[in-house]
Amino acid sequence: MGMTITEKILAAHCGLPEVVPGQLIMARIDLALGSDVTAPIAIEEFNKAGARRVFDRKKIVLLPDHFAPNKDVQSARQCQALRKFAQEQELEHYYEVGRVGIEHAFLPEQGLVLPGDLVIGADSHTCTYGALGAFATGVGSTDLAAAMITGEAWFKVPESIKFVFRGTLRKWVTGKDLILYTIGRIGVEGARYQAMELSGPVIDQLGMDGRFTMANMAIEAGAKNGIFAPDEATLAYVRGRARRDFQCFQSDADATYCQIHEFDAGEIEPQVAFPPLPENSRPLSQVGEIPIDQVVIGSCTNGRLSDLEQAAQIMRGHKVHQKVRLIVIPATQAIYLEALKRGYLEVFLEAQAVISPPTCGPCLGGHMGVLAEGERAVATTNRNFVGRMGSPKSEIYLTNPAVAAASAILGRIAGPDALARSASIGN
Amino acid sequence: MTVVSLIQGRAWRLGPNIDTDAILPANYMNLTDPQELGRHCLEGLDPDFPRKLLAGDLLVAGSNFGCGSSREHAPLAIKAAGVGAVVAASFARIFYRNALNIGLPIVECPEVVEAVSTGDRLKIDLAAGLLLHLEKGTSYRLPPFPPFMQELIAVGGLMNYVMRRTKR
Ligand code: SF4
Repeated sequence: MGMTITEKILAAHCGLPEVVPGQLIMARIDLALGSDVTAPIAIEEFNKAGARRVFDRKKIVLLPDHFAPNKDVQSARQCQALRKFAQEQELEHYYEVGRVGIEHAFLPEQGLVLPGDLVIGADSHTCTYGALGAFATGVGSTDLAAAMITGEAWFKVPESIKFVFRGTLRKWVTGKDLILYTIGRIGVEGARYQAMELSGPVIDQLGMDGRFTMANMAIEAGAKNGIFAPDEATLAYVRGRARRDFQCFQSDADATYCQIHEFDAGEIEPQVAFPPLPENSRPLSQVGEIPIDQVVIGSCTNGRLSDLEQAAQIMRGHKVHQKVRLIVIPATQAIYLEALKRGYLEVFLEAQAVISPPTCGPCLGGHMGVLAEGERAVATTNRNFVGRMGSPKSEIYLTNPAVAAASAILGRIAGPDALARSASIGN
Repeated sequence: MTVVSLIQGRAWRLGPNIDTDAILPANYMNLTDPQELGRHCLEGLDPDFPRKLLAGDLLVAGSNFGCGSSREHAPLAIKAAGVGAVVAASFARIFYRNALNIGLPIVECPEVVEAVSTGDRLKIDLAAGLLLHLEKGTSYRLPPFPPFMQELIAVGGLMNYVMRRTKR
C-alpha cells in the first residue's frame, strides 16, 4: 500500500519497510534541539540519569534564543548551564549570542536540517522544518534528555491530512494568511495528533520563507508535524548549505489520508487572528476599527528576510503612528546583516521603529516589548493566547508582516490597501 | 519512583483549550525547581488558582488540554502542585507525551468531563481502567494505554525506561 511522506520518513528511521498510522515506533533521530528554556531541564535529567556522554556530539543543537541576550540573573544561569554542558560534551552545534538567532529560523539557514531528516526539538515550533520535507516535531525536555543519551525517540505514527491550495494568490496574501485561514477552517485541534501535508499549485509557487511560516504554525492546529514535499525550491535552498547527504521523499499517489481539504487560494484575503486563539481568523476586510498600541514584526514565524522586505516596502517613507511602538526583530544574525545591507533597517529606523537583536523576546512575553494591562498588539508571531505577550489583560492580533507594517503606520489594524487609500486622501 | 494507580480527589472543572501559557505563564519559564513551578500552577488562568488548589485535587478539563508550547514546566507545575491526575475530554499531543514521560497520570474521558462540576469527588483506578464519579455513583471505563505506554507508566516515566534499557 502507498505511504505518505511522513510515513516514509518514519519508516526509514526505524528500519521498517512500512509503518501505518497508530503504530508505536522507536525511531533514530538525525538531530535533537534544545534552547535556553527547555535544555536546562533536559540537562538536569541527563545528569540525574548518570549519563556520561551524549550519543553523538554532532547531532545535538543547543542555543540560547528565548531569554537571550540574558534578560535577568535567572536567565543568565540558564544560558550558562547550556554553555557549560555544550563545552563538557564538546557539542559541535552550540551557537553563542552574536552568532545565533531564533532556533527555527537559524537551523535551516545553517543547513543543520535537511530533507528526509527526523528531527525532534524541545520546542513546539520544531515543526517548522517540515518546510524542507523533513519530519520534525516538538517534544518535551525529558524526551530531549532521553534522545541525547540514546539517539532515539518514541512516536505514534500519525494519520495524515492533505491540504491542497489551488488558484492564484491575491496581492499581499502570504503563507501566513494561508495557514491562518486553514487553522480558522479546521480549528486549533483540527489536526490534533496528525500530520498536515501541505500541497498544491499555490504551494509550488510559494518561496521557502512562506513554507517555513506555514509549517511553523501546524502546531497551532494541534498537528504533530506539517510537511511539504521537497521540490526545486527546496533543493535551491539547501544547496550550498548542506554539509551531509540527504534524501528526498514524496507521498505515493495511492497513500492514505484521513481527510483531504481543497482550498481556492484566490478566495483568501490577508487574515487577522483575533485573541485568544489562532483559529479566530477573519478576512482583513471584516476586522473593523481596532486601535493598537504596539506592533511586533519578528519571531520564528515571520522574522525572515522576505518578511522584513515586505514590511520595509510598506514602511518606506512613512512614520510609525504617534500612539504606536513598532518593534522589528530580525530572526537571525545573518538576516539582520542582510537587512542592513539592503537598507531595510534604515527604513525602519527612519520610520521610528526600534530594532531588537535576534531573540524570541516579546513573542512569549519574555522581554523586549512585553505588554501591560489593556494594551493591544498586532504581531507577526504565531500565538495570541491570553497573556502570551505579557499581561493576561492584553490582546494580540496575528497578521502577516505587510499588514503589521501598515497597522503600525495607521495606528489601527489595517492593510496596505487602506494605507494607500489614506495616503491618497492625505495628498 | 513509585507508581500510583489509585487516585482519589476533589475536581476542579476547567474549560476547553487550556493552553500552556495558562498553566504556567512564560515569565516563570526561567525557573526549573518543580516546587517553585508548582506555586504558579494555572496562574495564567486565574491568579488565585495556586492558593485554591490543594494537594490531591484533580483537574477535569474540556478538549485539547495543554495546547500550545512544549514546555515541560506545565505538567511539572501541575505535578508539583500535588494534582493527583488530569482528566480531560482530550489532550494536546506534546502535553500528553510530556505527562507520560514525567509520570503525571492523565486520563482521556470525554463522557465524565461533561458530568463533573467543581467540588465533585472522583476516584480513578488506573490498573483496572475505571473512573468513579462518587457524587453521582456512576462509573466510566477508561480505554487501556498501548503496551509501550503501559510500560512507561509502570516504570515511572521515560528516564527510568531509558536507564533500564541502557543498563541491560
Ligand atoms: S519566536 Fe516565539 S514561537 Fe518562535 S521559538 Fe521563539 S518564543 Fe517560540
